[in-house]
Amino acid sequence: MIEVAGLTKRYGPTLAVSEVSFDVQKGEVLGFLGPNGAGKTTTMRVITGYLSPSEGKVRVAGYDVVEEPLEAKRRTGYLPEAPPVYPDMTVVEYLAFVARIKGVPRKEIKSRIGEVSEKCAVTDVQRRQIGKLSKGYRQRVGLAQALIHNPDVLILDEPTAGLDPKQIIETRELIRGLAGQHTVVLSTHILPEVSKTCERVLVINQGRIVASGTPDELTHRLQGYETVLLTAEGPAAEMMERLQRVGGVNMVEPRDAADSLVTFEVHAEKGQDVRAELARAVVESHWKLLELKTSGLSLEDIFLQLTTKDLSEGSDASGDSSVISIS
Amino acid sequence: MRNVFAVAGKELRAYFHSPIAYLVMTVYAALLGFFFYSFTATYVVQSFRMQAMGGMGAPPMNLNEYIIRPLLAGILTVVILLLVPLITMRLYAEEKRSGTIELLLTSPLTDLEIILGKFLGAMALYSVLVAMTFLYIGLLFVYGNPNAKPLLAQVLGLLLYGAALLALGMWFSTFTKNQIIAGVVAFAVFLLLFVMDWVTAYGTGTASEVISYMSLTKHFDNFAKGVIDLSDVVFYLSVAVLGIFLTARSVDALKGRA
Repeated sequence: MIEVAGLTKRYGPTLAVSEVSFDVQKGEVLGFLGPNGAGKTTTMRVITGYLSPSEGKVRVAGYDVVEEPLEAKRRTGYLPEAPPVYPDMTVVEYLAFVARIKGVPRKEIKSRIGEVSEKCAVTDVQRRQIGKLSKGYRQRVGLAQALIHNPDVLILDEPTAGLDPKQIIETRELIRGLAGQHTVVLSTHILPEVSKTCERVLVINQGRIVASGTPDELTHRLQGYETVLLTAEGPAAEMMERLQRVGGVNMVEPRDAADSLVTFEVHAEKGQDVRAELARAVVESHWKLLELKTSGLSLEDIFLQLTTKDLSEGSDASGDSSVISIS
Repeated sequence: MRNVFAVAGKELRAYFHSPIAYLVMTVYAALLGFFFYSFTATYVVQSFRMQAMGGMGAPPMNLNEYIIRPLLAGILTVVILLLVPLITMRLYAEEKRSGTIELLLTSPLTDLEIILGKFLGAMALYSVLVAMTFLYIGLLFVYGNPNAKPLLAQVLGLLLYGAALLALGMWFSTFTKNQIIAGVVAFAVFLLLFVMDWVTAYGTGTASEVISYMSLTKHFDNFAKGVIDLSDVVFYLSVAVLGIFLTARSVDALKGRA
């Protein structure tokens, strides 16, 4: 339904999005995850035709957004980060205006307004001025606007930003309810959001896709190994080599070293408790075992690792890619 | 065309849902009223004096020449110059500030449909001002007998003059999110175009002729007299088309940079 190939967007010398490619299948809910300024909004703006790409192709429902923008736009509903509402219009006036410019046939406008108002729970404020509505209502009016012409593709930029917890839950349910009929792309920098609403996730950072997969894959991957932190006193290289030979251990990495005191991060096969084996290995070699504890990587940790490693570690980041390759 | 009218209707409604339309109309009515009164009063005093001097045989003074023409050419062109920035400053600046520009540019509308819609909406509000002008002038027909034919040229002149200014003002509105800046820039440029032929009053040569030709208000003189000169019509239409074209270029540039 959406095909993005080699999308690059520059603002003057600044590279906002670089060589991003992905496909979204019909009826799928795709989540864009990334810190602020990662390029999520820019990517979405190119898909909706608001910005033109510097390089690369974007097709929506088979229509190139540059060559046949009107056909592509007719099939796209878009909720920008700030709902694009006119504060001095009433909800009904606003939805009627949007319906007209989105090409809804005149006879259907009234019924469409009724339907989307119902769906987005704004029926009770239909006659009120949008400027006087609360943030939550305004957001829902924005969502109603995106749905008014029953688009194949829905692009939602941080749809739950600024809402209270109850509204967030309602909005998520609404979005989940839209899956199937519509192809949805939503962006967020909030992690639980992704696992609760999306079928597939793209993690984007500094304009590049750094990971992609289903939330299950993501969680599986990050719980795909047990992490044990082990601190011992002894010759570092030998200890590392010995620990690596323990059954079930996949990877050993030194974390801190002070004098002969070394802390290792040990990754083991999922479901295996290697602590006892590790302890025996250290003790049998007559090194001093000082500390041994399990350490779970949370979703936040993985996300931080994915999105901050370029900044903190520079170019050698590809070295520990075993932690990161989730695709 | 349906899309153009949808946008135009939205713009017109926005003017009347906010204080702008009422502000512009009130200021215009007040200034127009003041000058209309002062021209009429002068006219009455002068025509008494003429009659007293020339006796009963003197021809009556011409209402068109003594009231309508100086009112339009000397005063209203300047008043409109002041008020058009108020009408145009919000056209794009407000959409950019509130983010609704994203709605318009991601809707299945061509840029030209949006631009023409906005232009027509602004033009509709401006037409109300033009209509008010002739409401005042209509009073002269109740108490006197001016010639009605020049009015046709004058209406056309005011509409063309306004179209040119509105198109340029709309262009300035695409530059910024800030309505005040859009308005001030429009006003400054209009003022410059207005005074342009002052400097060339004593000049000779092609340069001064060209500069004088570009003065926006100068081309209104013929219309005020009741004369429709094709070159004036072409001048105002060209400026309007240029304004719309530049707006289109500017909106296009938005897509590259945001």
